[in-house]
Amino acid sequence: MGKKKAKVTAKTPSSETSIKMIQSILRKRLAQMSSPPEIQGYTKERQQLFDLLKRTTVSGESNSVLLIGPRGSGKTMLLKSVLSELREDENINQNLLQVHLNGLLQTDDRIALKEITRQLQLENTVGDRVFGSFSETLQFLLDALKKGSSQSSKPILFVLDEFDLFAHHRNQTLLYNLFDVSQSAQTPICVVGVTCRLDVIELLEKRVKSRFSHRQIHLFNTHGFFDYSQVCMSYLSLTPGELDETVTEPWNTHIQELVSEPSVRDVLQRQFNLNKDVRGLIALLTHPICKLSPTHPVLEAGDFLDSFKKLTTDTKSAMLHGVSILELCLIISMKHLMDIYDGEPFNFEMVYSEYLKFAQRKSSMQVYEKPVVLKAFEHLITLEFIRALDGSGSRVQKEYKLMSLLIHPSQIVDALQKYPNCPTEVKQWAGNSVV
Amino acid sequence: MPVECEGYSWGHDPADLENLRKRTPCRSSQIETLLQLFGEAAHYTPPALFVYGHTATGKSCIVNGILTSLKLPHVSVNCVECYNSRFLYEHILNNLPSSDTNTRCDNMNDFVRLLQQGVRESQLQDQTVYIVLDKAERLRDMEANILPSFLRLQELTNTNVCTIMLSEIVWEKFRFGTGFSEPYLLHFPDYSKNELLEIMSLDAPAGYPAALYGNYINLIMSVFHLVCRDLKELRHLASLNFNKYIEPIEKEEATVNDFRKLWKNIEPHLKKALQTIYLREISSSQWEKLQQEQDSASLNPIPASRSHVELPYYSKYLLMAAYLASYNPVKSDRRFFVKHTAKTPTKPQTAKARKHERASNHLLGPKPFPPGPTPGYILLHCGRQGCPNCNHILPDYLPCQPSPPWASSR
Repeated sequence: MGKKKAKVTAKTPSSETSIKMIQSILRKRLAQMSSPPEIQGYTKERQQLFDLLKRTTVSGESNSVLLIGPRGSGKTMLLKSVLSELREDENINQNLLQVHLNGLLQTDDRIALKEITRQLQLENTVGDRVFGSFSETLQFLLDALKKGSSQSSKPILFVLDEFDLFAHHRNQTLLYNLFDVSQSAQTPICVVGVTCRLDVIELLEKRVKSRFSHRQIHLFNTHGFFDYSQVCMSYLSLTPGELDETVTEPWNTHIQELVSEPSVRDVLQRQFNLNKDVRGLIALLTHPICKLSPTHPVLEAGDFLDSFKKLTTDTKSAMLHGVSILELCLIISMKHLMDIYDGEPFNFEMVYSEYLKFAQRKSSMQVYEKPVVLKAFEHLITLEFIRALDGSGSRVQKEYKLMSLLIHPSQIVDALQKYPNCPTEVKQWAGNSVV
Repeated sequence: MPVECEGYSWGHDPADLENLRKRTPCRSSQIETLLQLFGEAAHYTPPALFVYGHTATGKSCIVNGILTSLKLPHVSVNCVECYNSRFLYEHILNNLPSSDTNTRCDNMNDFVRLLQQGVRESQLQDQTVYIVLDKAERLRDMEANILPSFLRLQELTNTNVCTIMLSEIVWEKFRFGTGFSEPYLLHFPDYSKNELLEIMSLDAPAGYPAALYGNYINLIMSVFHLVCRDLKELRHLASLNFNKYIEPIEKEEATVNDFRKLWKNIEPHLKKALQTIYLREISSSQWEKLQQEQDSASLNPIPASRSHVELPYYSKYLLMAAYLASYNPVKSDRRFFVKHTAKTPTKPQTAKARKHERASNHLLGPKPFPPGPTPGYILLHCGRQGCPNCNHILPDYLPCQPSPPWASSR
């Protein structure tokens, strides 16, 4: 092992500074702050979006479009790369105004409107006139937008992230007005909605829907495993311009060897089967990349395995590992109750009598009194392993409140096997429900 | 086996790290992982970390410990305190290093803008700013946009911000709606029994040999470990009962090495503690006072006073009547409470009925009862025996809320 590592270290020039540089570049990619190396598989969609935006910016045509795709499928990234390509054109770069809104931030139309005025740098104009009401500001903005014509005025690009949240605003005023402006030939605006809901059109009101162009671009993760491993490779390897040639070259060859290693491919394949999107890949790569340091200068297959193991641990089983024996006994009683009564809800008294049946007859363990057991039961409630059926209705005493178990029997069995120093009688009791 | 890159300090002072490791034993691999994820001050950190684990497994202690001892810019918030989203925003903004203390902010949009501005003003652009949200499960009860926005704060503010959430509840229970960008999950496993012993023996009192305290801790664990794995609770119990443990030594009835004698002395005491102090039936100060008064054998645990209520005469019977009515089926009323009834159910019927019955009412809980004859009967019977002239104040049919006895004529 040590010999092999020494060989690998010798191959890569691991001076401390170069490792640090590599790491900061890779970390920046992980955080998605720098644009990722290349886009996979969206050439058609990209062309479509590019043409659309170009028409708006160059010939003053108004448009509206929706980018639809699951989370982590690269919607924002596609838009970013298209915009950066557009901005390479000096003329467009100077003319195009951009307004970025996010459904999470602008939770109602008033805030959204303020944000629009801020991003269009109209605050000064608006500031003097002291806008009391929402409608006045809107009126002013709309007037400003409508006065323009498709030839003379600057085009504006509206990007609405989390578009489906905008559809929950009252009366959908903002959407209506934006689409209205884009329909009637006034100031050229392009409304790009980004969302992950496929049924987003159904959320729109009729008057809004009729003004929307129904142009949708779907981004689905249609790539196969080969593309996936290519993406992985491109996330890990350095692009030629970024660092010195002497650093880049050995690093990239090392990465290539690493990704083609069977154990790494196996991990990637399993992650791919779980989750096709890039976010899943990033989660897998996070820990290996963060682990890079002068004392650990290269990525190893073991890092990937560890990381995958960490990603796929069952969180509930992990939490079950830490409950006390008494709480474990209670969980087993609940499992038995669910078995016997076909998943009917139970209350504390039933669990306690089931526990007593076991503790008094079958085991040599100490039998705890009711209040002590009740405390354990309440701890299980705070961990949300069990939940009251009717919310927090306080009308029934806590002993008689109906509860349901939120752990799957297989998780209990799994946890029992890993449980440290589990008494044998508890294990046997868990096995057969008839006492 | 030491972790391979434990020596690497990520540009921080190794002495600080060493101190931290000493202060928090049994958590070196978690500290290591966190340090790796944080990286150097200028490095980008994953946008959101979600740290989960049981009560008292060192989540807040270690995360805050790392951030303070390495002097990384951070704001820690307890979500229980910030029951309102506005308090949450303002707390974070006002506690950024070198910021003025009365920023007003009441929506997410302003928060993101002001945070960006605050980071720029306090010259932190080239450092990761950490926001620690303790008891993050409370975020679920706030507005729906808060949790997703905090998870994407790095992207939204376009600055190097990392949100760390601490919770006892697993991440699966946080998801809702169309989902959001997932944080990086980090599990703090529970302490094993040996680790608990190691940690608890850290606060051994001076003046006694370490072996004595170690032995004492072992005794505490043997009584409480089956029931409770909460380090805080165990430490509390250990500190409360230690005086009792060393009492024989103080009185010179036993020596430091008389483990058996000491065990005999403390065991009933600890068993009692499980039923009283562990359940907070009596408070810690009461417990200590009782220990000083030396009569912990005659110690009457307080529950007596808790379940003892003085009631007026008829209220007592009303309460008894209501109890009988709510835990007995209506059809047995006649049999139990009317003196002469001819009808008694035949045996095969009862057996059949019992088969269908799922459990007794004491398992299922009290049933509602109509203001029917049952309470009346009981009250009547008891009344006749207890109080000779109550016939005229109690009708044989009693409504649920009787008029008070003093309302009618004597």
